[in-house]
Amino acid sequence: MSVLVYVENAGGKFKKSTFEVVSYAAAVSKQLNTDLIAISIGNVEQSDLSNIGNYGAKKILNVSNDQLKTFVNQAYASIIAEAAKKESASVVILSNSFTGKGLSPRVAVKLGAGLVDAAVELPKIENNVFTVKRTAFSGKAFATVELTSAIKVIALNPNSYQINESNDVAVVENFAPELNDSDFGTMVSEIVRASDKIALPDAELVVSAGRGMKGPENWAMIEELAKTLGAATACSKPISDAGWRPHEEHVGQTGIAVSPNLYIAIGISGAIQHLAGVSSSKTIVVINKDPEAPFFKVADYGIVGDAFDVVPKLIDAVKAYKAHS
Amino acid sequence: MKILVCISNVPDTTAKISFSGDNTQFNTTGVQYILNPYDEIALARAIELTENGKGTVTVIHVGDINSEPTIRKALAIGADDAVRVNSAPRDAYFVSSQIAHYAKEKGFDLILTGRESIDYNGSQIAAMLGELLNIPSISIVKKIDIDGSKANVVREIEGGKEILNVSLPFVASCAEGVAEPKIPNMRGIMSARTKTLDVIEAVSVDELVKFTSYSVPAPRGSVTMLLDNEVEKLVNLLHTEAKVI
Ligand SMILES: Cc1cc2nc3c(=O)[nH]c(=O)nc-3n(C[C@H](O)[C@H](O)[C@H](O)COP(=O)(O)OP(=O)(O)OC[C@H]3O[C@@H](n4cnc5c(N)ncnc54)[C@H](O)[C@@H]3O)c2cc1C
Repeated sequence: MSVLVYVENAGGKFKKSTFEVVSYAAAVSKQLNTDLIAISIGNVEQSDLSNIGNYGAKKILNVSNDQLKTFVNQAYASIIAEAAKKESASVVILSNSFTGKGLSPRVAVKLGAGLVDAAVELPKIENNVFTVKRTAFSGKAFATVELTSAIKVIALNPNSYQINESNDVAVVENFAPELNDSDFGTMVSEIVRASDKIALPDAELVVSAGRGMKGPENWAMIEELAKTLGAATACSKPISDAGWRPHEEHVGQTGIAVSPNLYIAIGISGAIQHLAGVSSSKTIVVINKDPEAPFFKVADYGIVGDAFDVVPKLIDAVKAYKAHS
Repeated sequence: MKILVCISNVPDTTAKISFSGDNTQFNTTGVQYILNPYDEIALARAIELTENGKGTVTVIHVGDINSEPTIRKALAIGADDAVRVNSAPRDAYFVSSQIAHYAKEKGFDLILTGRESIDYNGSQIAAMLGELLNIPSISIVKKIDIDGSKANVVREIEGGKEILNVSLPFVASCAEGVAEPKIPNMRGIMSARTKTLDVIEAVSVDELVKFTSYSVPAPRGSVTMLLDNEVEKLVNLLHTEAKVI
């Protein structure tokens, strides 16, 4: 028996959500009194591979192959399922990242396993009943799901589990599963990454703005505040619908759901659909000129004021704080 | 070209989310149901791709008779015909298995779903279908262009995008950017009434997961209000009290 965790990389580097998922999987392997084994696919440096031991993996299977340098959904799913069989894994854990969302369902079907995605807590294992809590109704509720299958697959939401570090190294073992031509149905022709920006789904700090900003020409101060804080930028739906900001920034029930440590909402009223996607943020700051704006009801800190006056002052205050810390 | 679009029937975005029966059941009293917003995007793209006699769009839904208004809406928007698998949509694997069973020998060139349903937020159907039908699947797609038997697809990744080439048939889960949702016109609404809506029975599927209970998030603590010139104080509180910067 073992627990297997898939360690996703972006351009050959592991991401924060990868360390979260390994930390989570390590805790699950403790619950089950078994070892944690990781699997990496693509070209990742040896030192980064063995570093996965820091987060609790004993061993890491390394599938390094030029054909697999970029993501190939079917081939990756086959390899992870192969590894699960080879290591007799009873639980397979992945990140519920954009890539993980394409991968975990295929892995589950291959293994005849039940899948809980959007998981936000460690499983509860009592009297052989294995349940996992996940988000539902776009953040308006949680559902507890029992996994009744012998093999279980869990996809963990980013930003929902604390990273735990130690000083261990993982043994790197090369793994060369047989590849099937029919698994190469998709081919990546190009990857575009905005290198100067923090990706919203992974962000710990988010500065978000809405219609109160009046027009796209006023986003410079939003970007400056985000940059000063080291935050990602986001927006409400009408903003991306109007083309003021790209769709990737749209948060809410019909956009992406985020749960950063800090969410600053500027000139956003706090409609139910917007709140659905952001209300699991740890700390919420609302800046709005209308004291009756519904967003204040879910805020931790609120300022009633004009964004055009408050935001520049806030940028200066953050700069002053950064200069001292 | 034959396209299959998988649609779900979800509570309206303003619906009050509550649970009954000792928190084991979603309380549907007074809840309005709508066509899942992401499925509207998938449907709109399917209609664009088959316009002017270039093909047909079938919608499929797993659910009971109460979902028929949502299916009719999809027909009014422009789907050619519809299939309803007559069973509660127990879980994603159950739903995918029903759709795969239906689609298996029908020769669909493309199968589209929404990126997720706004009720259970599972984004599993597209990839499960791909696996069950043994064809490629691409999740969270922002653009689909078809050229003969090949397609060029853009998928979202954290902080960027990936551009992929794939041959038909394949499955894609659609997000914003793929198409603008279409609003049904009068002609569409009239013709929807007479379009074919086949009802088929479900096949049996192993139960691998069970939704056992629900809860709502704990209410947030009270808000600390500051004056519009207290920005230094805010920064200080974020550092010392909230400990987020
Ligand atoms: C099916 C459906 C799905 C939806 N999904 C989403 C979703 O996923 N995400 C989402 O965000 N919305 C969604 N919406 C839209 C949602 O209902 C709201 O319309 C939207 O969130 C409002 O955006 P807003 O807060 O930017 O604009 P508004 O509601 O217009 O609010 C603007 C706010 O700015 C304040 N303001 C104005 N000027 C200033 C100033 N100078 N300084 C400070 N504050 C100022 C105002 O007081 C006001 O509170 C959805 C709607 C539907 C019907």
